[in-house]
Amino acid sequence: MSLILKNGIVYDPRNGMKGEKKDIFIENGKVVEKLRDRKAQVIDVSNKLVMPGGVEIHSHIAGGKVNVGRMLRPEDRLKLIMPRTPLTRSGAGFANPTAFMTGYLYSKMGYTTTFTPAMPPLMAKHTHEELHDIPMTDKGAYALTDGNWFIYKYLKEGDIDKCAAYVAWLLKATRGLAIKVVNPGGTEAWGWGKNCTSLDDPVPNFDITPREIIRGLMEVNERLGLPHSIHLHTTNLGRLGNYVTTLETLKIPNGTKAAFDRQVMHLTHLQFHCFGGDTWKNFESKADEVVKEVNKRENVAIDSGNVTLDETTTMTADGPMEYYLQSLSHLKWVNKNVEMETAPGVTPFIYSNKMSSSSIQWAIGLEVELLVKDPWKIMLTTDHPNGGPFFRYPRIIAWLMSRKYREKTMAEVHKAVQDHTILPTLDREYTLDEIATITRAAPARAFGPLAETKGHLGVGADGDVSVYDIDPRAFNPNDYLEIEERFSKAAYTVKGGEVVVKDGEIVKVVQGRTLWSSPPVNEALAREVMKDIEYSFKRYYSVNLANYPVAEGYLSGSTPIVTKSKIA
Amino acid sequence: MKEITLRPKEQPKVRLEAEVINPAVFAGKGLKEIEGLQIQLGNTRVRLADFFEVSGARVDDPKDLRIVIDGDAGHTKRIGEGMATGEILVRGGVDMYVGARMTGGRIIVEGDADSFAGQQMVGGELVIKGNAKDYVGSSYRGDWRGMRGGTITVEGNAGCENGEFMMGGKIHIKGSAGPFTGLHMKKGLIVVGGNAPRVGAQMQGGSIVVAGKMEKLLPGFWLEGEEENLKIEADSFEGRYLRYSGDHAEGNVKGLLYLKKPI
Ligand SMILES: [Zn+2]
Repeated sequence: MSLILKNGIVYDPRNGMKGEKKDIFIENGKVVEKLRDRKAQVIDVSNKLVMPGGVEIHSHIAGGKVNVGRMLRPEDRLKLIMPRTPLTRSGAGFANPTAFMTGYLYSKMGYTTTFTPAMPPLMAKHTHEELHDIPMTDKGAYALTDGNWFIYKYLKEGDIDKCAAYVAWLLKATRGLAIKVVNPGGTEAWGWGKNCTSLDDPVPNFDITPREIIRGLMEVNERLGLPHSIHLHTTNLGRLGNYVTTLETLKIPNGTKAAFDRQVMHLTHLQFHCFGGDTWKNFESKADEVVKEVNKRENVAIDSGNVTLDETTTMTADGPMEYYLQSLSHLKWVNKNVEMETAPGVTPFIYSNKMSSSSIQWAIGLEVELLVKDPWKIMLTTDHPNGGPFFRYPRIIAWLMSRKYREKTMAEVHKAVQDHTILPTLDREYTLDEIATITRAAPARAFGPLAETKGHLGVGADGDVSVYDIDPRAFNPNDYLEIEERFSKAAYTVKGGEVVVKDGEIVKVVQGRTLWSSPPVNEALAREVMKDIEYSFKRYYSVNLANYPVAEGYLSGSTPIVTKSKIA
Repeated sequence: MKEITLRPKEQPKVRLEAEVINPAVFAGKGLKEIEGLQIQLGNTRVRLADFFEVSGARVDDPKDLRIVIDGDAGHTKRIGEGMATGEILVRGGVDMYVGARMTGGRIIVEGDADSFAGQQMVGGELVIKGNAKDYVGSSYRGDWRGMRGGTITVEGNAGCENGEFMMGGKIHIKGSAGPFTGLHMKKGLIVVGGNAPRVGAQMQGGSIVVAGKMEKLLPGFWLEGEEENLKIEADSFEGRYLRYSGDHAEGNVKGLLYLKKPI
């Protein structure tokens, strides 16, 4: 099976293409130099914008709390309903679309890879069941490691190798792609009604600090040669004055060497970590100070976590933060303790343009994007659904590309944006090349070796392409509504060489692969760690060890990534 | 007012969903167009005329339009949902969600209504001359924002949890009501002419008047005093009432519950 996309205007940042006319050839699911097959399907995409398929680095689309969010908010379903078609299943949900619908919505936007960032290991089976029901994209899940007793113990003992061997076992058992760290230590402290409120605030009963957990896991991550770096939601998310903690966090990787040409720390949803002020009255953006530090550091990457000014459902593995949020909003909420692993929470939130805090958060997200100098360091997210639903990306793209659009929205939000942020002073308008970077090339690069096949259109890349009905040469950023509309409905989405979306509608349903990391560990070390695991499961876990791992048969298109581990 | 009449034909066992029975949808359409309006029957779409015989003449302004359902529509849900103006008269019963989210106009149901009548109502008037089932003037499932305005009158009895999460407007149940009327109420007025047990659970604001007997007063209600010939905004109630505040199981409580004192 082969396909030619003819005469498109290509933006492919990894290969230095900035709007060149070029044909893309795809054979057997991969981009090739030339086709051997003479009967290829030819699609004329003259004067249309061609980009690699979108890569989502952080979106809560599967996992225990996503489903809890659905159960907590039946009313959310009323706001977005997709009837079934002969090809697609029905679905509903605005902040939390149902699983099948999630795949369709991403594909309609031209996305072909979607990673979900918070899988509690104990709920890995459930997470993979949900991923199984998300069609259209390649998928992966990051395993939560923030409140994990094994990790605390090994790090406290200074035994990085054992800790690495345990994490390797955990990734294989849960079929996890990367290590996620959420409010390190705080989620364990929450079991005692406490929290860790600074990087040096020790975890009750464990005498280990968030800083030590982050540093240790960073070392573990690189020793295992995992494709991604640690994926960190740092201490004090959403708290006033938290930018100080963020600045300190950015300094932690000093000197740590990455296993690949990528960051050693991915600091996620930065918007939620740039809060200045000590009351909600003097709440202000510190994006400029935080991003100044990001710009200086070569070994750190971030994603934005934009707020889209919608009514949404917040859900994080950060139980104490969700509790704090509901104490401000007084809306319904859920907290959950996942035994020795983590403690997530869920509560609805209304980001209103009439509220100063929501408006400032909206501005911070955009400031972060506009102030980061090197677009390879930043990726577009809304921390779906925490800052807003992922299908608002086209609107954020339009805000980034059009100062006029930002001015229009600034006039509609709370006036606090004028003096509590510097957004009004920022003139930068993103180019299409930069948009392609923050939505494709940069998130792929953040996954080290995965960047060989994802987020670009060079020879050997996956045959994942998005085409938009935008003529880059006759293009005016002031037509912001048109930008938004066109990025919402891909003219074509090609997944693995097959056309799956045409004119914004699903024309073929495909089942993507599930990527997970499989770091080899030498047998003696693995056996030693297994003894600890067996002991703890007998003593503490509510499930039998044999029932814990996710069998490979659970995964759709299981694709293990065997790493070059240093403890093999 | 000019009328367009829907005469029910043989009704299906599976319920119909017909939010198109709304003066704004009928206005400006000829009879043929109205007959062709799509309604839902289970998982299939059917024409309105498959189950209703349509008569009358085209009306352009929905304000002047009264839709008369000349018979029982007890198997039709969502009549007048989201309605903003005009009138609907049903000479029989209706299924769930009659007048849900309506913002204006008037609906009169001469028979009984099933659950969720006037759900999340914003304005207008809904009159049910028979009995209503549960959740009269309630919120949508899961939503903390219930009825905001308008008035609902039930001349018979109503089921449970009426006015749940109510934020404004008025519900008058002339007969008796089931348990937990005014659950989570925040604002507005609920009047029950007959008996009602366990009223006002978790209410934080608004007023509830019960003229009949109330079994099982919830423990979060504190007796504050007595009032003769009660007045609540434009409404007045004859007789002697015990005044309670509550529900003190919640914080920041401004809810008032009035129980008529037996003579
Ligand atoms: Zn997140």
